[in-house]
Amino acid sequence: MNLAGVRVTVHDMSLRDGMHPKRHQISVEQMKTIACGLDEAGVPLIEITHGDGLGGASVNYGFPAASDEEYLRAVIPLLRRAKVSALLLPGIGTVDDLRMAADCGVATIRVATHCTEADVSEQHIALGRRLGLDTVGFLMMAHMSEPEALARQALLMESYGANCLYVTDSAGYMLPDDVTARIALLREKARPETEIGFHGHHNLSMGVANSIAAVAAGARRIDCACGGLGAGAGNTPTEVFVAVANRLGIETGVDVFQVSDVAEDRIQPILDFPIRIDRNALTLGYAGVYSSFLLFAERAQERYGVPAREILLEMGRRRTVGGQEDLIESVALEMRAGTLPGSRR
Amino acid sequence: MQKIHCAIIGSGNIGTDLLYKLQRSALLAPAWMVGIDPASEGLARAKQAGLATTDQGVDGLVPHVEADAIRIAFDATSAYVHRENSEKLTRLGVLMIDLTPAAIGPYCVPPVNLAAHAGKREPNVNMVTCGGQATIPMVYAVSRVQPVRYAEIVATVASRSVGPGTRKNIDEFTRTTAAAVAAVGGAKQGKAIIIINPAEPPLIMRDTVHCLTADEPKRAEIEQSVRDMMAAVQTYVPGYRLVNGPVFDGDRVTTFLEVAGLGDFLPTYAGNLDIMTASAVRTAEMFAEEMRAGRLSFDTRRTA
Repeated sequence: MNLAGVRVTVHDMSLRDGMHPKRHQISVEQMKTIACGLDEAGVPLIEITHGDGLGGASVNYGFPAASDEEYLRAVIPLLRRAKVSALLLPGIGTVDDLRMAADCGVATIRVATHCTEADVSEQHIALGRRLGLDTVGFLMMAHMSEPEALARQALLMESYGANCLYVTDSAGYMLPDDVTARIALLREKARPETEIGFHGHHNLSMGVANSIAAVAAGARRIDCACGGLGAGAGNTPTEVFVAVANRLGIETGVDVFQVSDVAEDRIQPILDFPIRIDRNALTLGYAGVYSSFLLFAERAQERYGVPAREILLEMGRRRTVGGQEDLIESVALEMRAGTLPGSRR
Repeated sequence: MQKIHCAIIGSGNIGTDLLYKLQRSALLAPAWMVGIDPASEGLARAKQAGLATTDQGVDGLVPHVEADAIRIAFDATSAYVHRENSEKLTRLGVLMIDLTPAAIGPYCVPPVNLAAHAGKREPNVNMVTCGGQATIPMVYAVSRVQPVRYAEIVATVASRSVGPGTRKNIDEFTRTTAAAVAAVGGAKQGKAIIIINPAEPPLIMRDTVHCLTADEPKRAEIEQSVRDMMAAVQTYVPGYRLVNGPVFDGDRVTTFLEVAGLGDFLPTYAGNLDIMTASAVRTAEMFAEEMRAGRLSFDTRRTA
């Protein structure tokens, strides 16, 4: 595998996916400090949104410390080189949110759907392109689709105007061969000028290995999170990915020491708990469950006395998709009442 | 007493399900089905069931409205087409039941505000969205007990039950539902979220309704109100079920619902579609009762 000289865009998730373990409570000041550190370290693209994307502020996913607009307007003017992206899940956010984000100065809009439901993204992707934004189609829970089916969905997003297509391992379930198969086929089927990206979670400790496999298969945009600050056991840690990329000769333009200083000095101090592969995060990756369910299952355990691991396994059995956080409390209630069919308890 | 004659506009799945429900109605008789595709299976099925049909859109129906005494029309096309359809038919005195997101007329959620529409002579009423029909009764069940400062609904539906129209404009669902959660449900502020799940076998529609009350929730009264509302919805949607709740957590009151359809034409998991057709028929029946009692007439032909 010779990847020397390959240029990869590192896209940092710590201020969006990282909102999950922070219960969306990262303050505007903390965002500014972390974003500036990433900017100085040479990270070219930083995502800033509620963890569940624009419009995610809700009872269901959690109300954030500040609105999407407040975060974007506070951070974007401070950055010298880095651009900012926003995430949008159709069904949660709307084109009104997209227009707001564009008005705040985001350079990139990422429109995310479950891996089989790309056709709900048409109006948002089309508007992103019309507004002149770098427009990404983001297929979540990509382990639930075979490579051919996934590529067909991605090409729908391309047909709506997406100039970059993502294989998103929301559950941190994939192994390197799973990534290779999906990225390679997508690279083959997509237009040559369309960029391919990969978003990993570290629930099985595969974040870096999967990201390198993605690069080898043709991905040129890799989602990472400084300090691993992301849902579940976090995303591919930016500083580790950059270090490995350096060893392989992959060019990221990110300074490994500077970015690891940001992880240590600006991110670690704000954590509510260590982001690591504990038994519940491991269960996410092992059972293929959406990473942001983690804290919801732990809260349900606290409230209803049902093990979080059992709740997560049941969420996996029900083939749940991103956004179904509301089902967690209901499943916990059913488990407590003993009314759950097929419950192991 | 004679049944009120109805037309169904749109010969797809929703239109066909409406046909089955209307055939059972004691008050309504399906007389016409309107489509745009001569090869439509829905039109063929309607013809077989003894309805008059046209593949020329509403223009094919207009010349027959008077002779066939069409008094009510259900529109299951699209928001865009509905505007034209409504104009052409309300001019002839036909009451429009709008199942599209066009929302020209006021929102109607039968157990909440159907009675309030009586006697108002509205020529067009809108059935909100599937998520709205399933959840707004529960928002109202709380807001009629005490003020709700914020209500949020999460509708999770089977991928197979979401048609291309909804997919092309999913924002219309979130916007319309959120607006009706506030306007009809009685919450000061409304929000709606829709999740599409492709699991096989398809999941039955699930809805979570979160209400944040202005003051400490009155538990006993809310529990009774939710029970009463369940019973009211179940009169026209027997598969409407309270899975869990109401859960009380500080000022949060949450109910977890499941909506199974009757399986008339649409599969039972598509409770989201069934609750739309069932609500539309329920609404039309209320107007039909008024028409038969001579309390309601849209006979504007003299002035048209």
